[in-house]
Amino acid sequence: MNWMKFRRVYFLISGAVIAVGVYSLLTWGLNLGVDFKGGALIEYKIEKEISTEGATAKIEEKGIAVTSVQKLGGETYLFRLESVDNEKRESIKGVLQEVGGSVEELRFENVGPSIGPELIKKTIYALVIAAIAILIWITIQFKSFKFGVSAVLAMFHDSLVLLGLYSLLGHLFAAEVDFLFVTAMLTILSFSVHDTIVVYDRIRESQKKLGGNLYDLANKAVTETFVRSINNSFTIIFMLVALALLGGSTIKWFAIALLIGTISGTYSSPFVAVPLLVTWEEIKHKISK
Amino acid sequence: MTPEKKLLFIILLFGVALFISLPANFTLFDRKFTRPDLDLRFGSFEIKKNFDLIFGLDLAGGSHLVFEADVSGIPDSQRRESAIEGVRDVIERRVNLFGISEPNVQTSTFAGKDRIIVELPGIKEPKEAIELIGKTAQLSFAEVSGEAEEQTLIPTDLTGADLARADVTFDQTTGKPVVTLEFTSEGGNKFAEITGKNVAKQLPILLDGQVISAPVVQEQITGGSAIISGEFTLDEAKTLAIQLNAGALPVPISLVEERTVGATLGAESVERSVKAGLVGVAMVLVFMVAAYGKLGIVADLGLIIFGVLTLALYKLIPVVLTLPGIAGFLLSVGMAVDSNILIFERFKEEKGKRPTSDALEVSFGRAWDSIRDANIATLVTAFILANPFDWSFLHTSGPVRGFAITLALGIGISLFTGIVVSRNLLRVFIREEKK
Repeated sequence: MNWMKFRRVYFLISGAVIAVGVYSLLTWGLNLGVDFKGGALIEYKIEKEISTEGATAKIEEKGIAVTSVQKLGGETYLFRLESVDNEKRESIKGVLQEVGGSVEELRFENVGPSIGPELIKKTIYALVIAAIAILIWITIQFKSFKFGVSAVLAMFHDSLVLLGLYSLLGHLFAAEVDFLFVTAMLTILSFSVHDTIVVYDRIRESQKKLGGNLYDLANKAVTETFVRSINNSFTIIFMLVALALLGGSTIKWFAIALLIGTISGTYSSPFVAVPLLVTWEEIKHKISK
Repeated sequence: MTPEKKLLFIILLFGVALFISLPANFTLFDRKFTRPDLDLRFGSFEIKKNFDLIFGLDLAGGSHLVFEADVSGIPDSQRRESAIEGVRDVIERRVNLFGISEPNVQTSTFAGKDRIIVELPGIKEPKEAIELIGKTAQLSFAEVSGEAEEQTLIPTDLTGADLARADVTFDQTTGKPVVTLEFTSEGGNKFAEITGKNVAKQLPILLDGQVISAPVVQEQITGGSAIISGEFTLDEAKTLAIQLNAGALPVPISLVEERTVGATLGAESVERSVKAGLVGVAMVLVFMVAAYGKLGIVADLGLIIFGVLTLALYKLIPVVLTLPGIAGFLLSVGMAVDSNILIFERFKEEKGKRPTSDALEVSFGRAWDSIRDANIATLVTAFILANPFDWSFLHTSGPVRGFAITLALGIGISLFTGIVVSRNLLRVFIREEKK
């Protein structure tokens, strides 16, 4: 099948998804969680049903800024607040005991403002180091720099898709960027490149046996690996969907982020990395003529 | 080795791994089973190991605390480093007072900021711990000058740093609790000098400027150890010993991050992820049979062996399992079948060209290149995330690491089950079919 004929279509689809993401990023930005912004996140189990507005007002009376209160279901509530010290923590508990009876602190996270910038820096370092390592590895294994560059570009494509769509999810469903999102982001790198290498491997094998131009080899390789790509993604998607639906509130958005990344990673191997490779070859050809 | 022998070896390995990965107590068909712990003895050599999964703070409950040290008062970088080490030692001593099993105290430096990370598994009252750990408490011994009415305290150069340890013991004649002090050799000399000057006078011990005890010097003490006796209750003596032991922090620290998870929430998370995992695995198992028929059954067997081996390795290494760690494991289940899918797709192609058993061997050989290259790329990323050499410019703790470790282990084991296990299973089955 002549997959490479429709390269423009693939680039258009990718471009459109990324454009939506970038628009969302520029308009609404990312919904940063306490890990990045600083602040407190407290999950309480409260005996009696409380009104979230009432509780918010009472806590704010004590001079503590409340960002949001969310009922997680059952008797548990998630409070997002400014950074609190021990004294404030006690007075919040006191307020809730007044309105809700017995109160149990299930989870308490308090992060100072100095942690966020450090996280971002470390994440960028990790991204860059991983990208360079993968670039070198592919360039050596496939004896060609353009294979490496195309794979890394596809990888950045997936990161950008995830970042953009997650910003949209943050705006629409209050999905928060936290430590786990960073992990998802970095995992996507390996996913993306995993799939790309499988397609590349087919190109490499046919090149050795049959020779021929890259355009035809690419078409052959994409055809041969297509079913495998879909089937493999299905197995990963099954695990992630189960995790997103049943895994609980802490892990839900992490699973969804990985899900976006998996789908994008599966798409980007035959439809971004390989077309880029073919286009590169074509441009090189035109220049040498 | 023939494939049959290899298969036998795999079954044996599976049996051992299954034994290790079983929970300590479980019920099957209404019968209760208990898995015994390993307790082997070869002469004087003894192996004792209980195969329990170790859960991280987010699953078992506990506190993760990050303190930042204020070293602005120390311009010299070398002295700054030793000050941070000092802080760590003092915090370690303070943490040990809580009697928590396996507390963890480590330092981390990034962009000129010195941090001390304290992990307290299973702690019920983190507030008290934070207060005690964060106390900058300056311990010192002071001389008393002047007469009864207008006494003033003059701090000496004998401080908490000169004290090696303090303990509670009982006076052999009166049976009352006393606190024994042991000084460092330098501290012992200072103490001898000070006590020599102050016989029959009080020698108050100050913590943050507050007198916590004011023993009277009976005679010059030269041995480097001393006893504080008095009308202590046992609790008072213990508190004094704790205060003395905890000493003083060389530099002030402040709490910049706290994450505390209650044990109930942790248990709920475990339950939920196990449920999610079972549902996910069931879907994968069904899908593989639906897509590849008999071959799918082989892949499913491989996957089950993968799961059991992984669990056993978690227990043997041991891996501290966190919530992201569980996610990493579940993800690696999804990836584990990938090598099988690659081989099976290849097998479909090759079957048309040559006899079945040849096609199988060719498929394994051809698929290997891509399986190797792809998995090494994933391992590279996992390596950077796990940061095993503690490079300070990368993430050194927290969920990222837990995730990376289980993911990397999963990939390693999936290579084994995907290649060795399924290959030999298939060889045996295909040979049986030919007969």
